Amino acid sequence: MGNDSNNDTNNYTSTETHNDIDRRKFLRLAGLGGVIFASGLSGWAAAADGGGVAAAEDFFFVQLSDSHWGFEGDVNPDAKGTLKKAVETVNSLEQLPDFIVFTGDLTHTTDDPRERRQRLAQFKQIVSALKVKTVHFMPGEHDAALDNGKAYQEFFGKTHYTFDHKGVHFIVLDNVSDPAARIGDEQLAWLAADLQQQPADARIVVFTHRPLFDLYPQWDWATRDGAKAVELLMPHANVTVFYGHIHQENHHMTGHIAHHSAKSLIFPLPAPGSQAKRTPLPWDAAHPYQGLGVRTVKPEPRPRNTEYTLTELAVGAAKS
Amino acid sequence: MSVNKIDKKRRLLLAACTAGGLGAMAIAVAQPKERVIKVTAKRFDFSPNVIPLKKGVPVTLALTSLDIPMGFNAPDFGVRADMLPGKVAKLRFIPDKTGEFTFYCDIFCGSGHESMSGSLVVT
Repeated sequence: MGNDSNNDTNNYTSTETHNDIDRRKFLRLAGLGGVIFASGLSGWAAAADGGGVAAAEDFFFVQLSDSHWGFEGDVNPDAKGTLKKAVETVNSLEQLPDFIVFTGDLTHTTDDPRERRQRLAQFKQIVSALKVKTVHFMPGEHDAALDNGKAYQEFFGKTHYTFDHKGVHFIVLDNVSDPAARIGDEQLAWLAADLQQQPADARIVVFTHRPLFDLYPQWDWATRDGAKAVELLMPHANVTVFYGHIHQENHHMTGHIAHHSAKSLIFPLPAPGSQAKRTPLPWDAAHPYQGLGVRTVKPEPRPRNTEYTLTELAVGAAKS
Repeated sequence: MSVNKIDKKRRLLLAACTAGGLGAMAIAVAQPKERVIKVTAKRFDFSPNVIPLKKGVPVTLALTSLDIPMGFNAPDFGVRADMLPGKVAKLRFIPDKTGEFTFYCDIFCGSGHESMSGSLVVT
């Protein structure tokens, strides 16, 4: 796989809004798959006020990930409140997104199938408070790997599907229902058939849970046959992948395809390989909810077909 | 050709064979003995979970699960195998570097899956 190691495993969060980024900075960021970064609620407000989001034909969506509903532990003493705070954060946006996507691990795994269904039901009830009613879900391995997605599908339907929105073709890939973290030949054939219907310059966004590339296999941060999916996507010029699983931002290129992971809503995990074990980062009482968050994603208008403005929003923080 | 000459040639040939045999023997002795290590898995542990290895010495891991399907994955050496109940999978490789390297279960197996890992310690 054509990984670009120069861009590997770095976080490029910026405190600037996209309006502040000069051309030189923009060009540097464009090398990361055309991403423009902003962060914080103030950043969001500035971005909204700056007119970028509101421009005609523009739209944005919100990505939430890894809420692990049902988790209990010291690394998040507000485990029962964080998802609700995330819902409030999205609902309080000055402009509402066209849709919301939830990139897996809605619930924390349990060996009890009945408890699994209870957690899925509770999760669904909590996110029903989102003002925006178009919400696209997909499972993470915590939701689906112990029963091949059976319980998940009872609540949320298909685990892989496509949809189109304002000129963008969105593809949801399931790399978790197989406990061995394979997309599988059948789904790959489905992906190939879908991509065949798309022109080479189609604007394509892929949503999935695990990274499609080998981010850090030592911590199971990979998809066993992810390289096959990337190979199928390669002939298309304008592809960007958004995923979850690793509980932190990460921005990586495989050839011309950018992969962006999202923060979680339960606990942050350490940077890939930064410590011996993949143990969660401890809760910091002085900075509660640090490392957790949601993001808005705004596709830049044509012809900037690989450019996205990502705005990271803190969860649980007072609105500025 | 006289009998003596034939004998002389035979003696030389035998000597050459003997030398060759000794050479082969010497090579066999120099080659490190291959090790076979039994590794079992059960929810949510490997046993042993620290496996000492020698750099350059081939090793075969005899892998089996005591309960449900698991996976053994050592990405630093590019090897993996399924660990299935009732079957023994043989995973052979030659550690080509020293250090401590993680192996982990790569088939999601339940609530303790994410902590199911161990170390290959190569000296």
